[in-house]
Amino acid sequence: MSNSQMILQMQNITKTFGPVKALTNVNLEIARGEIHAICGENGAGKSTLMNVLSGVYSYGSYSGTIIYDGKECKFKKIKDSEKLGIVVIQQELALTPFLSIAENIFLGNERQKSGVIDWEATRADAIKVMEQVGLHEDPDTKVMDIGVGKQQLVEIAKALSKKVKLLLLDEPTAALNDEDSAHLLQIIRDLRDHQGVTSVIISHKLNEIAAIADNVTIIRDGSTVGWMTNSEENPLDQDELIHKMVGRELTNLYPEHVSHIGEEIFRVENWTLHHPLDQQRVIVDHANIYARAGEIVGLAGLMGAGRTEMAMSIFGRTYGSGVSGKVYVHGKEIDTSTVRKAIEAGIAYVTEDRKGYGLNLLQNIRENSTSAALTRYSKQGVMDEGVERVAVEKYRKDFNIKTPSIEEQVSNLSGGNQQKVLLAKWVISNPDILILDEPTRGIDVGAKYEIYEIIEQLADEGKAIIVISSELPELIGICDRIYTISQGVVTDDVPKSRFTQEYLMKGMTQEKTKLKKVGES
Amino acid sequence: MSLESLTPQNKNNVKRGTVLEAFTSNARQYGIVGALIAIIIVFEILTGGLLLQPNTIVQLIQQNAYVIILAVGMVMIIIATHIDLSVGSLVGFIGGCVALLMQNAHMNWFLAIIIGLLIGLLVGVWQGFWVAFVGIPAFITTLGGMLIFRGLATTLIKASIPVNNTSFNAIAANYLPNVFGWWGPFDGLSIVVGILVVIVFAWTQLRKRTKVAKVGLVPEPMTATYIKIAIATVVIAALTFEFASSGNATQGGIPIILVIVGVLVLAYHFILTRTVFGRRVYAIGGNRRAASLSGINTRRVDFTLFIHMGFLSAVAAIAMLSRLSSASAATGNSFELDAIAACFVGGTAVTGGIGTVPGVVIGALVMGVINQGLSIMGVDSALIQTIKGLVLLLAVAVDIIPKLRKR
Repeated sequence: MSNSQMILQMQNITKTFGPVKALTNVNLEIARGEIHAICGENGAGKSTLMNVLSGVYSYGSYSGTIIYDGKECKFKKIKDSEKLGIVVIQQELALTPFLSIAENIFLGNERQKSGVIDWEATRADAIKVMEQVGLHEDPDTKVMDIGVGKQQLVEIAKALSKKVKLLLLDEPTAALNDEDSAHLLQIIRDLRDHQGVTSVIISHKLNEIAAIADNVTIIRDGSTVGWMTNSEENPLDQDELIHKMVGRELTNLYPEHVSHIGEEIFRVENWTLHHPLDQQRVIVDHANIYARAGEIVGLAGLMGAGRTEMAMSIFGRTYGSGVSGKVYVHGKEIDTSTVRKAIEAGIAYVTEDRKGYGLNLLQNIRENSTSAALTRYSKQGVMDEGVERVAVEKYRKDFNIKTPSIEEQVSNLSGGNQQKVLLAKWVISNPDILILDEPTRGIDVGAKYEIYEIIEQLADEGKAIIVISSELPELIGICDRIYTISQGVVTDDVPKSRFTQEYLMKGMTQEKTKLKKVGES
Repeated sequence: MSLESLTPQNKNNVKRGTVLEAFTSNARQYGIVGALIAIIIVFEILTGGLLLQPNTIVQLIQQNAYVIILAVGMVMIIIATHIDLSVGSLVGFIGGCVALLMQNAHMNWFLAIIIGLLIGLLVGVWQGFWVAFVGIPAFITTLGGMLIFRGLATTLIKASIPVNNTSFNAIAANYLPNVFGWWGPFDGLSIVVGILVVIVFAWTQLRKRTKVAKVGLVPEPMTATYIKIAIATVVIAALTFEFASSGNATQGGIPIILVIVGVLVLAYHFILTRTVFGRRVYAIGGNRRAASLSGINTRRVDFTLFIHMGFLSAVAAIAMLSRLSSASAATGNSFELDAIAACFVGGTAVTGGIGTVPGVVIGALVMGVINQGLSIMGVDSALIQTIKGLVLLLAVAVDIIPKLRKR
């Protein structure tokens, strides 16, 4: 293709965060008037690439060149790229819920005369762009009163109002139900066919990509690893795509471990839950899982598959609405409707967001470590600090938490050590079942290895461990069995003998219509 | 799961803290104490030695008792990321109730106090219900409470109700009975109590050391403990001297109100630092979501906090009524702001999660000493208010500015 056909060329883009290389010599070429998909695992660098393009990371903070419409661009901020017609629609919608649709569409771009808003023009122009995206609502409706699907359309209308030429969509259907997703994809096609808008779409849903994309660029570990075309005559080979997405080498990053698997001690039956706000949306659909003593069970799924949501809903209904299903511990059905009851039943949930939901950064290691077991370290409501110190001191040593003292504030610890404190906190609550959500997120390789050793040691003590992780090699490295989850449905129960990234990825990307549920026969 | 992991060899690996570290590790707390000492010295000089006169100190305590009592509750509320604006109105309202019970219903003064405390608890239940179970922000709930109870106080009291019960009025005005007689010019009881306090302080410090050592941890250096005990002894001895020589011909020594304040301060310091409830308050204040994911019933903690605050408001109301010997509709006006200011001067974090009872006591004393010192110097009360406002701003700025640089 010649250069004039290219609306965008990104050449040798490299972006680092401190010592971490997020992107290494990424090349991306987008032709005028196509729908281009970017594929890759969680953390492959897709969103970073979008942020480089849109100017969130200003020129100079990355290396490489961006050529847009035949001219080299040096965006300092988002406004610069928007001026040229590049609009990004983030995964998290950037709408103000209490303002109307029309106000949101022209937010930051108000129809005005010397500072006074021209409401007639605002409404008229809003209706025009709303027509283009098939949004038939009163422009004065508040955004909070329309569904997520329609909110997504408001975002696109907002982009159109800025005379968009290149539309970037980051996981646009992740939060949508099937009907809204199909509608949205059709809108993107219409924009291409009738308005000449080029779209770049980041998605985890392979069927969606096969249905809409003209070309696909695959990113893995911050580098472009492949490029595929998709047309009616020559459809996308999804197996090849998966292979390219995950095809990295497994090195010896995981401790050697032989599991001693005992009796089943944990079982979840027909677990179903809905979105806390949109109660029509099913987040987890009749999931059945179990875990045995001494077993490390993985939950593999892409972002938005419902792994964390399932774990949190089991753990004291801390997520979701309309939760139904049964939980059994040691063969007895238990009530997990509050966190306290779940803890007493022997369940612990170690959050993926250690700063937001896990630790109290204002307290020290000792106080954090016992915060889920205060009653066990007290007599008549008075803390027994001697016993408490001994217990925490033991885990400081066992888990190798690098700190001068357990009286140290957790905010002064590194990510890896904070993660160990969080683990200690839940081990101190003395659970039989430990659900670990992204236990190695954001920590360095050395600390990861130590966390794996701790996990295996806990399994050897007879606990059932459930690990949620976005890193497939990690799950393959430490698990005895892996459930794959796709869009809220448990699609497969994979024994260790069949662990390959390709096989797991297939289970993780199964489309809803084809889903066969595990345990339903 | 045994104690074997804590062998003596490990202990040797741990670096022993130095004397300096033992003090600098709590720099923030010692900083406030230092500020208080500096302010006292400045005013002692400016007032020509009048500030540290025995009767001035007693007056300082009697005048600021209500701030300390309210601030002790307020600090817990603020740690848990709430606020209580209603305490000033409650002081007026409950004071009015107790005065009415004694003067119009001729109730026994002790029974009237009990009923006053019960009313405080009930108001706590009322406000706690709205905050914890309905989810109305504490700012709104207690702003409502501020208006409600000021209104009720005005309706009840009309202009004012004089209290002429001498036993009741003695609470704020009198001293502990002079049971050991006079030892020279000094009150015997004050000296006995002073010595006891020193002994108890030294004993707790040493006991803490042995307890720390018993569980296999390294205590602070012995010298640091001795220095702490020595400083405490000097301070307590100085205060003992002041109290022992205060009073008049028939009475002398320790003001009753000081005992009440002291007991409350110790009790609430214990609750916040040593009990499960206290731990939960800090956990909620530091990270509410993490606390509820740790199985802490955050609503129940919020509810209980407001009951504590209601109780302490009632105590402050009784202390104030006794001191003024009369209830008036305006009693307690803006007390909530004094209590909140004491909390922030005393190092409580505006965003919650951080704060201590000793800290706010010192915060209250800083404000009290400034007030007292400037009054002795004859500074206009309007100007005193301005200066106190600036001190509040400065105290919080000193806390926040180093954090800005860190970023």
